[in-house]
Amino acid sequence: MNNPKIKIQGLDLHIHKQHILKGINLEIPANKITVIIGPSGCGKTTLLKTINRLTDEYSGVKHSGSITIDGIEVLNTRNGLTEIRQKAGLLSQRPYPLPMSIFNNVAYGLKISGRKRKSALRPRVEHLLRMASLWEEVKDRLNDPAASLSIGQQQRLCLARGLAVNPDIILADEPTSALDPLSSQAIEQKFQELSGQYTIVMVTHILRQARRIADYVIFMYLGEVIEFGSAEEFFSNPKHEKTKAYLSGVFN
Amino acid sequence: MKRVEEIFFRTLMYGAVLVITGLLFLIIYSIISKGASSLSWEMVSQTPRGGYYFGKEGGILNAIIGSLYLSAGATALAFFISLPVALGMNIYLAKYRRMVNGLRFILDLLWGVPSIVYGAFAFSIMIMVGARASLMAGIITVGVFIVPIMIRAMDEVFKTVPRGLTESALSLGATFTETSFGVLVRQCAPGVVTALLLGFGRGIGDAAAVLFTTGYTDYIPGSLSQPAATLPLAIFFQLGSPIEEVRERAFAAALLLTLIILLISVITRILSNRFNKNRINF
Ligand SMILES: Nc1ncnc2c1ncn2[C@@H]1O[C@H](COP(=O)(O)OP(=O)(O)OP(=O)(O)O)[C@@H](O)[C@H]1O
Ligand SMILES: [Mg+2]
Repeated sequence: MNNPKIKIQGLDLHIHKQHILKGINLEIPANKITVIIGPSGCGKTTLLKTINRLTDEYSGVKHSGSITIDGIEVLNTRNGLTEIRQKAGLLSQRPYPLPMSIFNNVAYGLKISGRKRKSALRPRVEHLLRMASLWEEVKDRLNDPAASLSIGQQQRLCLARGLAVNPDIILADEPTSALDPLSSQAIEQKFQELSGQYTIVMVTHILRQARRIADYVIFMYLGEVIEFGSAEEFFSNPKHEKTKAYLSGVFN
Repeated sequence: MKRVEEIFFRTLMYGAVLVITGLLFLIIYSIISKGASSLSWEMVSQTPRGGYYFGKEGGILNAIIGSLYLSAGATALAFFISLPVALGMNIYLAKYRRMVNGLRFILDLLWGVPSIVYGAFAFSIMIMVGARASLMAGIITVGVFIVPIMIRAMDEVFKTVPRGLTESALSLGATFTETSFGVLVRQCAPGVVTALLLGFGRGIGDAAAVLFTTGYTDYIPGSLSQPAATLPLAIFFQLGSPIEEVRERAFAAALLLTLIILLISVITRILSNRFNKNRINF
């Protein structure tokens, strides 16, 4: 692959002597949707959080190997942690809106990424809420607490807030698992629209969802990447025995 | 069997509630019944005449003002130390779990140390450097004495914030400081206010730590380097008086102290409920 957006080489990660990620090598293409699948506990969330450097905040984590974004090392560096995190935004499994109003949740993203001018905030917030397909539902209640939104709306709010820091990459950890079918569909659609401008890496347990939106698929098993390929190949012609077994539902 | 259990615990619960509220009302009743008659405008608007020990004239304005200065100063001082520490323990240092738990243990020990020990310790330092009892010395001593209380009180509420919420801010690229104030303090505003109040209450109610460090005087302190009177000591000295009227004034002072604490509790409750609007419930 020429010019991968994210390049992971020989990534190993231990938590308190437990070997969680084992020798991961991956090249994730730019402006595509790459889906990570694999049984529970195989390290999908940990992999996403390592790319975002959130694993730095866990106790007892040791890693080796290298991760680059646009050719720039992001794993073995002490500098620019906030920039790295802003470049690769993380959408968590369940939405965590901040304890402030709907408007301020999005504005918070703008503020911490350095856009502080009050007058510029309002149109930017509207734009971002529109991008997350939430504007129509909240435009009359922007000052209400974010907690007053439904879970599906909260997840879209978190998406808007994530987009506010102007990332290149969206790391999404089962973003639809807490949502109803309609809200899930909204997020899926959004991701497909966004994949033109953003590199999206998404974890899912729903194979049908993976089939619907994936450009590339990664299959992980017990901390290793077993198979990685374009979606058509991956689903129509899986090479590895374990992948075949997983796709046929043996692990579920 | 289930029913017996149910009845047993319910009786226990109601019993406990009854005992506690009963005691509370008994205390308040005895303070009011003994102090209300001496409580007058003169008491709260004048400084004592004829000395605090034998004097029946004048008021205890010196102790009211002194106590307010002292505990406000100590609370502010302790707050500026405690907030960053409590935040740090739950964000910046959160991954060093052993260290944070060790710190908690030490703070709990310090919480348990009686205030007279802080007072004696501060006094010995004051003798070493040749400092005299002053408002400043009292503020520092009481401030230090309520720091562990405030840190642990805030720490306990910050601990309840789900990891995912802090992570969601950090993963946006928020710095530790931005996460602290954008997430923890906002989410826990009522708890932070409670910690503040707890510290203030301990400060204003304490007699032992201020005895050697702040001294006592019939005058309103004009600067930080002067000694100051405090309400608990006003109660203490007046209760020791052989004169019946002076002892009654002690109860009036106690009533005032109770009223001040009550007033501050109510105000902070109202304020903290206003912060509560945007809280996320998990
Ligand atoms: N903070 C932690 N401390 C210790 N072990 C951890 C920690 N986080 C994750 N693990 C372990 O790492 C392994 C991988 O966890 P991870 O959350 O990445 O799995 P996952 O593939 O996302 O699973 P799921 O599909 O259930 O979300 C698990 O065995 C888990 O127990
Ligand atoms: Mg996971």
